[in-house]
Amino acid sequence: MADKITDETIEYVGILAKLELAGEEKEQAKKEMGRMLDYIDQLNRLDTSGVEPMSHVFPVQNVFREDVVTNGDGSDAALANAPEEKNGMFVVPKTFA
Amino acid sequence: MELLDLSAVELGTAIREGKTTAVEAMEAVLAQIEQKESLYHCYVRVDREGALDRARAVQKKIDEKELSGPLAGVPVAVKDNLCTQGMATTCASRMLENFVPAYSAEAVRRLESAGAVLIGKTNMDEFAMGSTTETSAYGVTRNPRDPQYVPGGSSGGSAAAVAAKECFFALGSDTGGSIRQPASFCGVVGMKPTYGTVSRYGLVAYASSLDQIGPLCKTVEDCAVILEAIASHDEKDSTSLQRTDTDFTAGLVQDVEGMRIGIPRDYFGEGLDGEVREAVLKAAGVLKDRGAVLEEFDLSLVDYAIPTYYTIAAAEASSNLERFDGIKYGYRAQAQELHQMYKTTRSQGFGPEVKRRIMLGSFVLSSGYYDAYYLKALKVKAMIKGAFDRAFEKYDCILGPAAPATAPRLGESLADPLKMYLGDIYTVSANLAGLPGICIPCGTDSRGLPIGLQLLGDCFQEKKLIRAAYTYEQSCRE
Amino acid sequence: MSKEYETVIGLEVHVELATATKIFCGCSTAFGGRPNTHTCPVCTGMPGSLPVLNKKVLEYAVGVGLATNCEITRYCKFDRKNYFYPDNPQNYQISQLYLPICQNGWVEIDTPQGPRKIGIHEIHMEEDAGKLVHDSWEDVSLVDYNRSGVPLIEIVSQPDMRSAEEVIAYLEKLRLIIQYLGASDCKLEEGSMRADVNLSVREKGSDQLGTRTEMKNLSSFRAIARAIEGEKNRQIDLLEAGKTVVQETRRWDEAKEDSYAMRSKEDAQDYRYFPDPDLAPICISDEFLEEIRAGQPEFRTEKMKRYREEFDIPDYDIEIITASKHMADLFEASMALGAAPKKVSNWLMGETLRLLKEKGQGPEEIRFSPEHLTGLIDLTERRIINSTVAKEVFEVMFEKDIDPAGYVAEKGLGMVSDEDALLAAVKEVIEANPQSVQDYQNGKEKAIGFLVGQTMKAMKGKADPGRVNELLKELL
Repeated sequence: MADKITDETIEYVGILAKLELAGEEKEQAKKEMGRMLDYIDQLNRLDTSGVEPMSHVFPVQNVFREDVVTNGDGSDAALANAPEEKNGMFVVPKTFA
Repeated sequence: MELLDLSAVELGTAIREGKTTAVEAMEAVLAQIEQKESLYHCYVRVDREGALDRARAVQKKIDEKELSGPLAGVPVAVKDNLCTQGMATTCASRMLENFVPAYSAEAVRRLESAGAVLIGKTNMDEFAMGSTTETSAYGVTRNPRDPQYVPGGSSGGSAAAVAAKECFFALGSDTGGSIRQPASFCGVVGMKPTYGTVSRYGLVAYASSLDQIGPLCKTVEDCAVILEAIASHDEKDSTSLQRTDTDFTAGLVQDVEGMRIGIPRDYFGEGLDGEVREAVLKAAGVLKDRGAVLEEFDLSLVDYAIPTYYTIAAAEASSNLERFDGIKYGYRAQAQELHQMYKTTRSQGFGPEVKRRIMLGSFVLSSGYYDAYYLKALKVKAMIKGAFDRAFEKYDCILGPAAPATAPRLGESLADPLKMYLGDIYTVSANLAGLPGICIPCGTDSRGLPIGLQLLGDCFQEKKLIRAAYTYEQSCRE
Repeated sequence: MSKEYETVIGLEVHVELATATKIFCGCSTAFGGRPNTHTCPVCTGMPGSLPVLNKKVLEYAVGVGLATNCEITRYCKFDRKNYFYPDNPQNYQISQLYLPICQNGWVEIDTPQGPRKIGIHEIHMEEDAGKLVHDSWEDVSLVDYNRSGVPLIEIVSQPDMRSAEEVIAYLEKLRLIIQYLGASDCKLEEGSMRADVNLSVREKGSDQLGTRTEMKNLSSFRAIARAIEGEKNRQIDLLEAGKTVVQETRRWDEAKEDSYAMRSKEDAQDYRYFPDPDLAPICISDEFLEEIRAGQPEFRTEKMKRYREEFDIPDYDIEIITASKHMADLFEASMALGAAPKKVSNWLMGETLRLLKEKGQGPEEIRFSPEHLTGLIDLTERRIINSTVAKEVFEVMFEKDIDPAGYVAEKGLGMVSDEDALLAAVKEVIEANPQSVQDYQNGKEKAIGFLVGQTMKAMKGKADPGRVNELLKELL
């Protein structure tokens, strides 16, 4: 099953996760991910038909807040850690063509 | 009175009784840090000035009878993935090297309102991903029991700080054993409560459905007191439980008469170190002598816990760590193009172990693999939960080791990640099933390295764990 | 064109809900405000922050679902949609994929061929993104998270529409329902209602669906109609030329009246949805559903029926008034203030519609209050102003919502009730116009109209023309 991890897989997952692996790091990632997936594949030995997937352990339900404004001006706190700021906004490389 | 040898509760009592002060306690801790820190490196940040200021302010409140709780004036260390208002919170990652939160984690806030005094932030595996505290971007922490060995992880800095007397107690977080395993390696007490008992607000998420905050400390009594202080229903955390049974100190009773303790055969099979096995079974014998009813049983599915855990944890982590993109806070690489900026920032900001898990997590959630991996893991998780449900119909708690072996040597683990992951075999199930678990010291191996005894309980049964652990601990002191 | 084609259209409609706070935090949803002022750790994706669902969002979503004949999902969850973009602070959007709150509904629209049901596949709750502003000085973009976390519902239709007219009828129907619920103001131009058009073409008579494209950035009914026309033709041209349609997302450029594909290698369209572990599932009880059902407003059909029974006004008026929630509210509030239905309806049908048309506005933009409309009617009833003055006052009121009584007093527009002054004016007019007087006395009835007009002119319009007529007749 490890053969499913090709250079293309690493590149594709890199696009999804916004990670760029090159050279040795990429080879390492390919090898380790393949090994890990092989290991995870042992779950296939278990028959899980009819089992409901469990995303939440507890039957905690219906946790709501009331529609009441509780927060004031948060701009200073929001921007305090910004690597780059301008006019009270976060600066990013241009997003428009 | 040697201050540093006191437990948190003993120190709190001494302060209340006027035998010492919060400031003296903090000075003693800071002196110890000064002396030991260059060797152990438990902390990523020690806020000396701030700590003394806070100690003075707390002492004033104690003098004015505004603060009278058991932890008032007691110095505490906090794992660096818990937000501390005005104090950098880095998750031991380059990605967050200068991130200063504008808010404190709810657990930290509760400790501070109980009068505990923050010393600084402890080292950890980067973003809590690791079992040795060697994946920290800020250097390794050494095991105070023997500096050639790792302290465990990911809350290794917290466990080591307690063991090195560089604090009186510490907070850690446990996603797959990250409190219990370092407690075991460092010979201290550590507990992960039932999922939802301590608010996760302000805990930088690794795997949200598995993360819980808990104490690392010197005694079972400390553990109960600290847990009582940090447990709360928090409206800011949708997964926080509304419990009315958080009087954990009520469990501090030396009595296990008739307590049914299950010993899973599958926790004592191949892969378990002989000395660890012997020490744990000996501890079980102590409880038996005190009247507990021991029974061996087959828990089942034990081998499936790790693949299930790593699938779910990596999937959630891949999503939780998407927010680290160089825009709002933390590290940012310069690039002209947006996606290049994302990629360079993240590739440079995260260390190898974090990247490994993000890649794995993104893969198992990706189109075509979701059902085969992620959904499959959620189903096995349901089955594992079922196995524990059946066990707890018969037993009050489950007893076993916290880790298959004592602490590995520094530098031995990271070369083979899969082998490192296998070391989590006894701890990850509690996170998958939301169960409480406690780890207490039960001796040392021939090299003098601590061995930990783990007790797992059914959900909401922390008091049973505390009772068993307290009985064992007191029996050993007699 | 040799073959005949049919257009198949489905819509994804995003509606901003009219809550006071955001979907997962206590920040205000108010428009305006300096950038990033309506933010907190949650809606800026700070590490360690956690979402908590605004109950009102669920109530609105269920309300819209019930009003559009949907099944309400009794056990529903939120999922994370993962993609990197700077307007999305967590780089995942909290949305619903696996268990959306509403499913399998429909609304009915009127078409030239009679009423038609448009199916609703699902409605889900999600959070809006922040805003990106281009800074041309430095050639960078700037991010403002004030809109980040504003609650949205996304209404996904079945591919049941066949023309731009049907699309617009469907959107108008949705808008009316949602406005009646008070769940949103649904303004396309301001973005509180946004429609993405999924369109494909196929040979007429075929039951296979063609490859579809998704068109974004449509901010008016006009843009929607033009985009549908343009995309239909583009796809037909491709097929006619023996080429194939590529499944893709296209952005409509209203200025160029053309669309272009939004393609990028970095945009893998693989969102890795999974249940959000930070949010608890939602269990809808019978009681909750009943509560929402009981709180549903009177919708248009019921309202029209009631108006017919309660108010003596023409069916046409009823249709116009109820076609806008705002106008219906205005009408009913005026009734509550005691105004006569026919009088109010006349003002709405006449001057109001005229002025709206003149200014190119919709009924939702009516600014005057029911109190002021009723006040104006009262002034005419009590003959304090005549109908000409009333229309002048109404125009001002339409613009600025002034208090008509105060305005009339301030500007001295009230009719002169001083009988002596009026008499004097009439006498003067008689004296000044002997020819007209002569004509009248010779039986030319129409001549009196000229004299009335002259008197009104002398009184600067502030006289009751009826009374002037009476006085003239008495004196002559």
